[in-house]
Amino acid sequence: MVRGPLMRLRIEPRQETSRLMLYVTPVAAVIMTVLTGLVLFVLMGYAPGPTLYYFFVSPLLTLYGLSELMVKAAPLIMIGVGLAMGFRANVWNIGAEGQLTCGAIAAGGVALALWEQEGLWILPLMCAAGIAGGALYAAIPAFLKTRFDVNEILTSLMLTYVATLLLSTLVYGPWKDPAGFNFPYSRMFTDAAILPILMEGTRLHVGTLVALLIAVAGWVLMTFTIIGFQIRVLGQAPAAARFAGFSRSKLIWLCLLTSGGLAGLAGTFEIAGPIGQLVPVISPGYGFTAIIVAFLGRLHPLGIILSGLVMALSYIGGENAQVEVGLPQAVTGVFQGLLLFFLLASDFVVRYRVRLAPAMGDRP
Amino acid sequence: MTITSLGLVLLTIIGAATPLLFAALGELVTEKSGVLNLGVEGMMLAGAVVGFAVTVTTGSSFLGVLAAALAGAGMAFLFGVLTLTLAANQVATGLALTIFGIGLSALFGSGFVGVPVAPLPKLSIAGLSDLPFFGPLLFGQDALVYLSIVAVAAVAWFLKRSRPGMILRAVGESDLSAHSIGYNVIAVRYAAVLFGGAMAGLGGAFLSLSYTPMWAEEMTAGRGWISLALVVFASWRPWRVMLGAYLFGGVTILQLYAQGAGGLGVPAQVMSMLPYLATVLVLTIIAAGPWKGRLDAPACLGKPFRPST
Repeated sequence: MVRGPLMRLRIEPRQETSRLMLYVTPVAAVIMTVLTGLVLFVLMGYAPGPTLYYFFVSPLLTLYGLSELMVKAAPLIMIGVGLAMGFRANVWNIGAEGQLTCGAIAAGGVALALWEQEGLWILPLMCAAGIAGGALYAAIPAFLKTRFDVNEILTSLMLTYVATLLLSTLVYGPWKDPAGFNFPYSRMFTDAAILPILMEGTRLHVGTLVALLIAVAGWVLMTFTIIGFQIRVLGQAPAAARFAGFSRSKLIWLCLLTSGGLAGLAGTFEIAGPIGQLVPVISPGYGFTAIIVAFLGRLHPLGIILSGLVMALSYIGGENAQVEVGLPQAVTGVFQGLLLFFLLASDFVVRYRVRLAPAMGDRP
Repeated sequence: MTITSLGLVLLTIIGAATPLLFAALGELVTEKSGVLNLGVEGMMLAGAVVGFAVTVTTGSSFLGVLAAALAGAGMAFLFGVLTLTLAANQVATGLALTIFGIGLSALFGSGFVGVPVAPLPKLSIAGLSDLPFFGPLLFGQDALVYLSIVAVAAVAWFLKRSRPGMILRAVGESDLSAHSIGYNVIAVRYAAVLFGGAMAGLGGAFLSLSYTPMWAEEMTAGRGWISLALVVFASWRPWRVMLGAYLFGGVTILQLYAQGAGGLGVPAQVMSMLPYLATVLVLTIIAAGPWKGRLDAPACLGKPFRPST
């Protein structure tokens, strides 16, 4: 009888997660996504070369394209940094989209109340209102989680639908522009409520710098402070965290309020930046995409800057390819989902080692 | 309210409840095996778009429904490969499945927006279906409505009385013990995950072929997530899932009627918030009530398992 090969693949858990793999796999996941995208383009009947070029390359070739990349990356980075903090502690806030919306409602309310007023204090006030709006909205899942142990995934997500409907109620109703021909838009904000632009001829606003500063602050918090340490312990070893006397409730509150507040600030920057008024839909799903950003950045604030830029490219590339070759907008969503799939799949090699070993079955 | 209009309200409640019932029942079986699949929304959308597309192109609603179940199961298979074979984080993978499902269904369905479809045929028994009130309610539904109710009974029997059902529960309660007495934990979980996907696909098909016979992007509008909440509400019991689905169907329809009646002075959007707010409220009541110690969540829910080699 002919025997099979004497070697077979063996899978063993690693003693420690592989640092190398941890940083190589996100890049591999991006490459796999692009390759799958190539196949997808061909299947859909688009010329792969030009489509790929318009999707991934041409947006990066102009100064304007690069500025747009930053404009789109800013909310993703801010929200991603906040969410990553929670994900590290096993707090799953997936309602950032709703918190973004609530922040925008609060900040937009301030802007409309102070319409045509002058003053350098108006923008800071809007930011404070936006942060408070997002944080308060995230306080609902935080309260329900810490007080009654209600799953924060479901509550934060349900509240996202409620927030969208609330914004729609306002812009179709009391906050509608009186001179707006009945369109569901608020008044255009006046100058004092609009973020300064950093570069003439682009939409690059001050908020993009704030987003980068927030990422650095998040890195300092997570790496060098006792709070960051407690968050990591709570996520990796809840029993140890309890034993060490870390307050689980306090950390859950902290994670949800921070991620909610940052999402609220991101919403504020959107309406005070690129949009300039309240409209029924403020974000093309930044709150959900930021979940992918957080994972792709390995829940590390500095990694999130990079992953935020990559995901921003998926938005801009998608729009660009739609204009240039008529690629459907939905491809962006497919890419984003695929990217997270590939990333999660590649995690396997971070935690497990695959190697050749003598086949066990051949022993007598 | 006349007896006829009451009958109409009940009919629409059945329509609103059936997609939730399918999806939640499937998720219940998945979760009973110890796997938390948060991708229900994505699997429902896959079922909705594929069921619609196949029905329109082949003209056969039977093939459409079948394809919808396969599409849901296909999405679930993807989830299984990641979480069961590659031991990836179930929460993150479920979210990925939803994001992917929203994108893929929008892409696949872009040619089908605004296309008309023949709704699923309704049962018609001479004499019986024409009875006042009870006729349309009991004898005038489409096949999926009857299937959903049969499925509740079947799942209840399967989990409680059958041997494979007992194995499935054992795997969900203690994967290590089930493994050590020789059951293939991963295979059982694959089967449960695929069943969950197929059921979510059927729920989606009911949406796009019966409840609102059309295809629109993200037409599930959070029903997948509400189904996940229903499983908790039902404390993992099939008949209670049915009760929950019909209660939620009731809330959805009542707010629609209230909107139609002028909304009691409340804007339509505020009324539309009700099902989502009700979900949050119900989850809170379930978690806070005096029965909270007896929720019966499967002990291994959400925990990855890899047999040591």
